[in-house]
Amino acid sequence: MDESNPRISSQSAPDGWQVTLGGSWCAAELARPAVWHDLRRSIDTLEPSARGALGRWDLRALDRLDHTGAQLLWNTWGRQWPAQLQASPAQRAMLDRVARFSVVPPPAVAPSWLQRFLRLGEQVYKVVDHGRDLLRLVGQLMLDIGRLLRSPRDGPWRDVSGQLYRIGATALPITALVGFLIGVVLAYLMSQQLRKFGADAYIVDVLGIALIRELAPVLAAILIAGRSGSSITAQIGVMRVTEELDAMQVMGISQGYRLVMPRAIAMAIAMPLITVWTTLSALFGGILAADLSMGITPAYFISALPATVEVANLTLAMSKAMVFGVLIALVGCHYGLRVEPNTESLGEGTTASVVTSITVVILVDALFAVLFKDVGI
Amino acid sequence: MIAPAASAMAGVVEIRNLWSIFRVAGRDIVVHQDLNLHVERGELVSLVGGSGSGKTVMLRTILGLQTPARGEVSVLGRPAARLSDAGAASRVGMLFQHGALFSAFSVLDNIAFPLRELKQLPEDLIRDAALVKLQMVGLDAVHAHKMPSDLSGGMIKRVALARALIMDPPLLLLDEPTAGLDPDSADAFCALIRSLHRELGLTVVMVTHDLDTLYELSTRVAVLADKHVIVNAAPKDVIAFPHPFVHDFFLGERGQRAMELLREYPFAV
Repeated sequence: MDESNPRISSQSAPDGWQVTLGGSWCAAELARPAVWHDLRRSIDTLEPSARGALGRWDLRALDRLDHTGAQLLWNTWGRQWPAQLQASPAQRAMLDRVARFSVVPPPAVAPSWLQRFLRLGEQVYKVVDHGRDLLRLVGQLMLDIGRLLRSPRDGPWRDVSGQLYRIGATALPITALVGFLIGVVLAYLMSQQLRKFGADAYIVDVLGIALIRELAPVLAAILIAGRSGSSITAQIGVMRVTEELDAMQVMGISQGYRLVMPRAIAMAIAMPLITVWTTLSALFGGILAADLSMGITPAYFISALPATVEVANLTLAMSKAMVFGVLIALVGCHYGLRVEPNTESLGEGTTASVVTSITVVILVDALFAVLFKDVGI
Repeated sequence: MIAPAASAMAGVVEIRNLWSIFRVAGRDIVVHQDLNLHVERGELVSLVGGSGSGKTVMLRTILGLQTPARGEVSVLGRPAARLSDAGAASRVGMLFQHGALFSAFSVLDNIAFPLRELKQLPEDLIRDAALVKLQMVGLDAVHAHKMPSDLSGGMIKRVALARALIMDPPLLLLDEPTAGLDPDSADAFCALIRSLHRELGLTVVMVTHDLDTLYELSTRVAVLADKHVIVNAAPKDVIAFPHPFVHDFFLGERGQRAMELLREYPFAV
């Protein structure tokens, strides 16, 4: 047995119990699993009378005692001094301090049933609050755009171009890769189905409509929501945590004008462009796969594409992308501005932002599909 | 200063020929050059120096958060780089300038965190020990369930101090302990550190700009200037040291005012 292991031994004496402690009663020593197990057992087997009225405790052989050890002793004694205690002045002072400060812990406030019921109602208010905030954000964006149109020279163009680079240019590699792979996968799956019907040539229709009208805009929007939506929330949220938002407000600089609008504008410009880019790389993947699996030459594919896919599809895709972009920016800013000045809230806000913006993108896409079901097909 | 045989035992913090070099924009910036410092058990040493003289870097080096470019740093007889191994909380406590409380935890959970991380001690013992520490730093038990964001600056520092002390480490490091506190809170905090230093037999190393704190607490003052420790002595000897920084720092107008305190607190001299 290690010399520094905390230990306790008791002997029956004529007038009660003689309890002797040894080793180092420090948190680090006490917390070693085997040591704690043994010590706990020896403490539990102490006679109840030894802990209090009839105990003579000898602490002089202890190597070291810290507050955790002293607390353990005090709790073992049932929070009162034993009949007799032999200890050094320093040990006594430490026990004294522990005795003085050992209080009944204040109960953690547990919610009553009524409060829990009312909390359900709070959820409703929270949703209403989110809606109101979002509405205010949209309204503010309209006003800010009005202000920008009146004096375009004073606009925050530097912010817009910075965001454009960060949201748009840096997203090109990942969107190209994902688009390309989706194109390849789709073409392979379709080719097998179409071959059953001998309708090989229809691969152009299927890929053209699916990719241009539906998949590429949604795919790009989801990627950008995960990539830039979260970074918008985190950026603005950190500004809240470090009081930068308050500093802006104190200087009379509008948060809507300098933070929300540049991001919304950059998204509105970047999203359609990224969508075109994603569409092109997806089509490239599709053409490649169609050539390899069905022998449909790229030349035929490209010449057949304009005839099968109306231009209206392209217009629809671009307008969808622009709406998605603005929505992602607004959701990101909304959650960013709602972050409270602590790290937990920052994490929650970022997660909620990504989940909400992806959900919103898909919902709005469904709405577009219903509204424009007669256009371009 | 001390007998060679005892040096391994006596030095709580031992810095020998420390070089700290930062690479900024392709250029090397030397912060410390052949810096030596020796802190003995039970001392309360203040690190003083102008802005950018590397006080915080030195504190971080002692804590092992920063690897020295050259030289040796040992804390409690082991290399500083290994200080943050498991169980570090029982060797050294650090009070960060802004408290660095975990904002997701309540006050009690913050203080109890190092004990709870040992994964062995029972919950009621941990809670009791944390409550004792909370009251030792002068806060009432009713604050136990508050979140850090609901606390004032002075309370944050006290809770952070309680957390630093939960495992009763022999060495306590303080970064600007009284910065951002109002004079009353600063005085109370100084008194707290002084009483803890006395009662628990702590060794304390602190960085401070505040002359009142410095005179009130330190048994020794180490002045950082010209990339090394130019003088390391009792406050009254440091004042007499001929160096432009020492002269400006201690004998400027603010210094004169704070010096009045020196007569009132015999502890410091």
